[in-house]
Amino acid sequence: MMTFSFDSLRQDKRAAIAATVGIGLVLAVFPFIVGSALGNSWLRILDFALLYIMLALGLNIVVGFAGLLDMGYIAFYAVGAYLYALLASPHFGLHLPVWIIIPCGAVLAGIAGALLGAPTLRLRGDYLAIVTLGFGEIVRIFMNNLNAPVNITNGPQGISSIDPIHLGGVTLAKPLSVLGITVPSLHAYYYLFLALALLIIFVSIRLQDSRIGRAWVAIREDEIAAKACGINTRNIKLLAFTMGASFGGVAGGLFAGFQGFVSPESFNLMESIMILCMVVLGGMGHIPGVILGGVMLTVLPEFFRHSAGPIQQALFGKILLDPEALRMLLFGLALVLVMLYRPAGLWPSTIRRREFSSGTDKEGA
Amino acid sequence: MDIFVQQIINGLVLGSIYALVALGYTMVYGIMGLINFAHGEVVMIGAMVALFFVKAFSGLPVVILLPLALAAAVCVCMAIGFSIERIAYRPLRHAPKLAPLITAIGISIILQHLAMLIWGRNYHAFPPVIPVSAHEIFGATITSLQVFIVLIAAAMMAGLTLLIQRTRLGRAMRATSQNPAIAQLMGVNINQIISATFVIGSALAAVAGLMVSANYSIAHYYMGFMLGLKAFTAAVLGGIGNLAGAMLGGILLGIIESLGAGYIGDLTGGFLGSHYQDIFAFFVLIGVLIFRPSGLIGERVAERA
Repeated sequence: MMTFSFDSLRQDKRAAIAATVGIGLVLAVFPFIVGSALGNSWLRILDFALLYIMLALGLNIVVGFAGLLDMGYIAFYAVGAYLYALLASPHFGLHLPVWIIIPCGAVLAGIAGALLGAPTLRLRGDYLAIVTLGFGEIVRIFMNNLNAPVNITNGPQGISSIDPIHLGGVTLAKPLSVLGITVPSLHAYYYLFLALALLIIFVSIRLQDSRIGRAWVAIREDEIAAKACGINTRNIKLLAFTMGASFGGVAGGLFAGFQGFVSPESFNLMESIMILCMVVLGGMGHIPGVILGGVMLTVLPEFFRHSAGPIQQALFGKILLDPEALRMLLFGLALVLVMLYRPAGLWPSTIRRREFSSGTDKEGA
Repeated sequence: MDIFVQQIINGLVLGSIYALVALGYTMVYGIMGLINFAHGEVVMIGAMVALFFVKAFSGLPVVILLPLALAAAVCVCMAIGFSIERIAYRPLRHAPKLAPLITAIGISIILQHLAMLIWGRNYHAFPPVIPVSAHEIFGATITSLQVFIVLIAAAMMAGLTLLIQRTRLGRAMRATSQNPAIAQLMGVNINQIISATFVIGSALAAVAGLMVSANYSIAHYYMGFMLGLKAFTAAVLGGIGNLAGAMLGGILLGIIESLGAGYIGDLTGGFLGSHYQDIFAFFVLIGVLIFRPSGLIGERVAERA
């Protein structure tokens, strides 16, 4: 399934089935372990980690596969989240079911992706980075200010009391009872997010190995050569933007339903940068690496948040340094150190690693 | 008409600050081909150091106090610029292009929160030590401080141009930006030149930091972010890697922003207000890049073979 060292599994069918069942079991009981060992706050973090994995995989299509540096990716997350918020909250009095909104969010975000992609096709590298960054900021500023003269987004206050995700007659906001087992709300969200994350992982892997995926990689490595080989670079690049954006739209819708509240603050540039860091830190273009990056960068700041205060308390008896500042300081330090010691990411693909060891990578990514 | 002149003046002041910061971005880009994402934070550190220096020694006469504060800010920023290059960029010179981008983001997070640890998360007011007198031209007012800002910025840009065009160091910098390998063969010490670039850029950033905090009488640990973003936009607008482009882009961006903020309400019949000011920078940028993908006076870079 994955290209890394799972090659042996490919040959041995039985081992592959055993591994799949094992991983499936671990993933199934994981929330119960986390919930009982660390409490509900870490369960929420786990749910967010799954959302960030979806986002990181979406951005990975644009940055990792097609090599287009997109620094405004959070805008698509925002599009999905606001669509959900507007269509399922008392704000407009609409309460559409989730299975209509999420696909709509994916489509709308995809259209936004294509709209962003179309004018930027001629730009490359850093110019593309700054234009996408500007696009992300424009979306955020509009969301911040579209409360007058017609109140659409409710401005900086954001939209609250959004309907929780409900499937059929079952709402995920209350504990569910399945076959005699009570599943708390956070666990139920976990399973839903896990299912969608797995779907997105599956789509990503299939895309990577497809004709389109190979065309993306060809464009990343050398656009002119790719064009010369008969790849329609314009359409393929647009497709990368659209696909990546639609993943973001799905994650955004889930976020709005899970959180019950959206405001422009959740979609600032720092979030875009964070997702980019997940992709690059994990290992651009390598799906297991990107998943690792997503998990790490969700868990690490939270770990620092939970430990920065208590550790100072234990060491000095009082809090000397602002824990919030200290936590981000450590986080920044971690980013720098990881990149210094593993410039290709924590878990790069074997192909890229080979390029590095032979030292022929002149241009970089 | 008065509003128009007033907005042009405000834009010119804002623009000369943008230009100074943009020069730092464009110099580093010209020589190393990477975005120094932490540059905005260097401006913030400059502003903070200058502000607290003025606060601490507010008894001294202004003529001595300000140059001293500036010198302190410049020294600190130079040291930071030098260290940024050493820590975050030099080890990654042959790494994939996104790796230094991430370390730069890491460094800017570190600087920001270091400033938050040292100076707290509040807004700080710049002490009112500078005597401000207002002058009238064409029905608009300009303060003596604003005149100073524009003049000093112009002097610094002229100085930098002379440095780049006339001195041995400048020649070495131009050679390095054209082709580092050949420059090295010709006896240029590339490492020294790159360090010098960062140090000079950071010194300009420190000056800009003092200007911002004095002009808007406020400094804040988060101010570097938006300022850096705008200045980078200005550099790209003019054509990144091009010094004249950064100056032109900075001043243009400042003027466009002020005019936009002043007129958007009237133009859209009150539909969009001046809180859309930040949008202008990006709309103009996207517009320019669509029609001139390498900036206003940037050279068309040949596509790599």
